[in-house]
This record gives sequence, structure tokens and C-alpha cells, in this order.
Amino acid sequence: MSAVVTGWHVANRRRASLLALVAVALVASFAVDLATGPAMLSIRAVLLVLTGQSTDPMLMAIVQHLRLPIALMAVIVGATLGVTGMVMQTILNNPLASSYTLGISAGAGFGAALAIVLGASFGLSDDTAVPLAAFAFATLACGIVGGVGRLRGATPELLVLAGIACLFLFQALLSLLQFIASPESLQQIVFWLFGSLQRSTLGKTGVVAGVLVLVLPVLFADAWALTALQLGDERARALGVRVDRLRLRAFVVVSLLTGAAVAFVGTIGFVGLVAPHIARMLVGEDQRHAMPASALVGALLLSAASVASKAIVPGTIFPIGIVTALLGVPFFAWLVLRRGGTT
Amino acid sequence: MRLEASNVNVRYGSHDAVAQVNLVAEPGEILAILGPNGSGKSTLLRALAGVQRYAGTISWAGQQTDIGYMAQDIASRAVLTAFEVVLLGRMRSLGLRVAAEDLAAAEAAMTEIGVAEIAHRRIGTLSGGQRQLVFIAQVLAGNPRALLLDEPTSALDIAHQLSVLALLRTISRKRGLTTIAVLHDLNAAARFADRLALLRDGRLVGLGLPAEMLTAPHLAAVFDVDVAIDAGSDGHPVVLPLRAVGSDRFHSAGLH
Repeated sequence: MSAVVTGWHVANRRRASLLALVAVALVASFAVDLATGPAMLSIRAVLLVLTGQSTDPMLMAIVQHLRLPIALMAVIVGATLGVTGMVMQTILNNPLASSYTLGISAGAGFGAALAIVLGASFGLSDDTAVPLAAFAFATLACGIVGGVGRLRGATPELLVLAGIACLFLFQALLSLLQFIASPESLQQIVFWLFGSLQRSTLGKTGVVAGVLVLVLPVLFADAWALTALQLGDERARALGVRVDRLRLRAFVVVSLLTGAAVAFVGTIGFVGLVAPHIARMLVGEDQRHAMPASALVGALLLSAASVASKAIVPGTIFPIGIVTALLGVPFFAWLVLRRGGTT
Repeated sequence: MRLEASNVNVRYGSHDAVAQVNLVAEPGEILAILGPNGSGKSTLLRALAGVQRYAGTISWAGQQTDIGYMAQDIASRAVLTAFEVVLLGRMRSLGLRVAAEDLAAAEAAMTEIGVAEIAHRRIGTLSGGQRQLVFIAQVLAGNPRALLLDEPTSALDIAHQLSVLALLRTISRKRGLTTIAVLHDLNAAARFADRLALLRDGRLVGLGLPAEMLTAPHLAAVFDVDVAIDAGSDGHPVVLPLRAVGSDRFHSAGLH
């Protein structure tokens, strides 16, 4: 084998090693997330429950119905936000693009708030109505942005502008709902908007994981086309990529994925923005490596944030959206400054 | 791969960037498109490459996938190595697992152009000239039957300009490629191309052999410039620019 190709294989092995390290860190974070919480259980007690050697109903309830779903949801939602952030930034050629900045999360927030305010009148429990409405309005936001792209050409600038318009629209509608909501509803809306993993169940985690598993092959099938898109629309077209179709398809797919994730946990900013930047630093922008790297980094960030949310004030669990922003923004600023603004 | 273009028109708003262009290019032939700034050279090339909407007929005797197009803009923020960029030239056959054949073709193209030693450097860290060479290698890696090159040597030093154009000429001849290049350097075009197409205000105002096109009256009409034409030692015409003509040149071109 020649030197250039050998060098390429060596670089790929180095990338795989870096991904393995992130995966090890993720497993460690997941274990710590399981082992910590207000109940102050010992790691041994947690292990006994997980391996089926303990039948203590209280221990089983805490570990299997509280900690395990939350820890798993942190990993799955983090991975989802990581992948969607990477794809959004790629198709929109914009390092600031994420489902959060494109109004998809704002749509979900408005949907959730609407369900909280009106939910009772439809005879649905909050647990069902809120995720359903959040998902429906995230889809609507995605439909508005995607529809504009389909009508007027799916250029990155147009999609970003349509996304910003969507963001302001749903934020205004959300403010209106908050203005007219009862104090109890208002409290629930605000708590949902903070972003929280506390309502996670294994069933909900399974739904998000299922959507992620369904969507990943679609994104991976476009991995080389997405990589070519990094060179600009014209180059990608010259290489045979049907740019507008690719952009719309990827946008719709990742928007639905985001909708499924935020429907259950609320709006969690920062992860979808920063995970792709870290992934790019680790493995570059060959999307065959970049997408899984961004998923792993996103999962690690949210899992670590879940641990931190329990450690900031012992005995209390902070809403995770606040933690990701508080810890993430300075970290992101450091990353950007360290690289002289080119992440 | 034979090209036949007839009545090609490209409109930007109310302005015809390319107007009623008719062009034929044969396999193995090298055609250079020349013209002043804003004359529609790049727009015409993009239309021929199929990345620009146009009216009229452009017919290639082969697949669109056989065309290798190199854009003028060589800036890139992509976090990709030069080798990955060249590998993308094999887009149509790349799978999640990259075949040995694709890797070999990308390496061969880099070696041919002389950029194998920078294969694993990130594209954003390369000089403009190096990036230009990498993008030429990308186009060649796809084994095209037609080469469409937009100012392929604009960022290269004089030695690289000569060697790259000579190499492209050899490759075009050897593989029987139809090569169309937008060039600014009239003397390089005279040495590189079999025929020259002169464009002004989107219209084709001359098409023929270098010795027929590079004449003082033609160049005055197309470029608003007085030139002297000398006969080079190798038989190609050599253009010596003397002065720009027309006092409102800069104003009309918006360059003031």
C-alpha cells in the first residue's frame, strides 16, 4: 500500500481511537449518573439492582424507574442533539445553526405550552398531551421553514432567515400564552422551557431511541453528499450532489428527530451547538466520522450535565437546560477563543 | 466527448450574462474562453457544466457525470484534508466503506499533479496555489471525459502555471478529453489551447485558432487595449500590452 493511502488509514485509526475514548468517558459518565442522586445510594446497591440481585422495592423503584430512565434519556437526547446540530450546521453552512436557533425548539416550546394551558379541555393527561403537542408544533415549525425553502429555493441564507422568523413567531405566541396562563400553568410552562429529564420513563426513552435508530441510516446514506456540501453548493453540484433536495431532505429528517427529542425533555440549548464543534476538532468533517463523533460528544455533554445538575446543590436536581447553558457557554467561549474563532 | 451548444442564454434579472452563444468542441480539443471581467466567461462555463440554469441547448455526447468541473472560487472552510477533498472527486462511486480503487485513483491524481506530499494537510491551511492544485487533482480523480476549468492557474506562480497547463494539455490529448478553460493570461492561452473563444458582454465575438484571434484589432475590440503581437519562437503569437484605450473604461466597468 502506498504512503498516501497508508497515511489515510492511520488518520482513520486515530479518529477511531479518539471516538473510543469519548465512548469510554460516556460509559463512565453514565455510571456516575446512575450512582448519584438525592437518595444517596451506594454504588454497590445500584449495581445489585441493575444485575437483578436486589429485590428491595424501594431500591428498585429508585434505580429502575427514576435513575435508569433519566441517565438513558440524557445519553439518547444528547446523541440526538449532537447529530442534528452537526447536520444543521452542515446543510446551512452556518456554525451557529442548531434546532434551537432555527425555531424548531421554539415551536416545540409553544406546542408544549399550548397543551399545558388547554390540555385538560381535551381530556388528555399532561404526560401525553405535552409531548404530542410539542412534537406537532416542532413539525409545524420545520414545515414552515422547509416550505419556504421548497417554494423559493433551499439556499442556506433563506432557510436561516425563515428559521429566525419562525423563532420569533413562536416566541411571541409563547409569550402570549404565558401572559394569559393561570399561575399554575405558567409555572409548568416555565419548568418545561428550562428543559428537564425528570419526567423520563423507559418508554419515552425508547421512543426517542427508536426515532434516532430509524433516522440514522437515512443520514448515513447521505454522508458523502453532506461531506461534499462543505465545499460549497457549486462544487457539490459539480460532484453530482442534488443540493436543494439533499438540504431539504436532511432538514426535514433532523427537524423531526429534534422534535421527538425535545418533546419529552423540553428545550435544551447549547448541546446541539457545541457538540458538532468539538466533534470537528476531534475527527474533521468527513461525515462518516463526524456524525457519530457529534452524537457521542452530545451524549457525553448531556450525561455530564445530568451528573452536574445533581451535584451543584446536593439533594436538589437543577433543570438540565440551565446546567447545559451555565456550564456550556464559558466552555464554548474558551473553545472559540482558543482556536482564534475558527472551530 | 463532443459538445454542441446552441443559442445558450443566461439571464440575471434583466441582464443577459450570456447571450446567444453557439459553440462546438471535439474530443481531444482544448478550447480557451477569453474576455474582459464581467463578459460572462464563468457563467458560460457553469452553464456548460450543468450547475447554472440556462436557456437554449447544451448537448454533450455522454453523461453529465462524465464532466469534471473546477470552479473559480478555491476558498474553503471545510475541515477536510487535501486527500479527502480529492477523494470527493470519486463521489459517484464512494460508499461508506471506501473501495481500494477509489483510494488509488485519488492518490494517482494527487501524484500526477504533484501534491501527494500535502495529502494529509487540512485544505484550509494550504496556500491558494496549493488549494488550486488540489482541486485540479479532485477533477482528474473522477476520470472525466470532459474538463471544464475556470481560471485553473490564477493562483499559481509562473513555473506552476506552465507545468500545470502543459500537464493538462498532455492529459487531455492522451485521454481524448474535451477541455474548455476560462483563462485571463492571453499568452498562456495561446500556448495551451487549440482554439480561442472571445467573449464580450455575454456574446461570442470571435472563435478560431490562436493566431487568428490574438490580433491587435480583435483584442482592441474585446479588451479595449492596444497591443503589439510578436511571433514567439515556438510559433505561438505573443501579446505585448501597450496601453488601455477609452477614457471611461474604469467608470463604465464600475472600477473607479
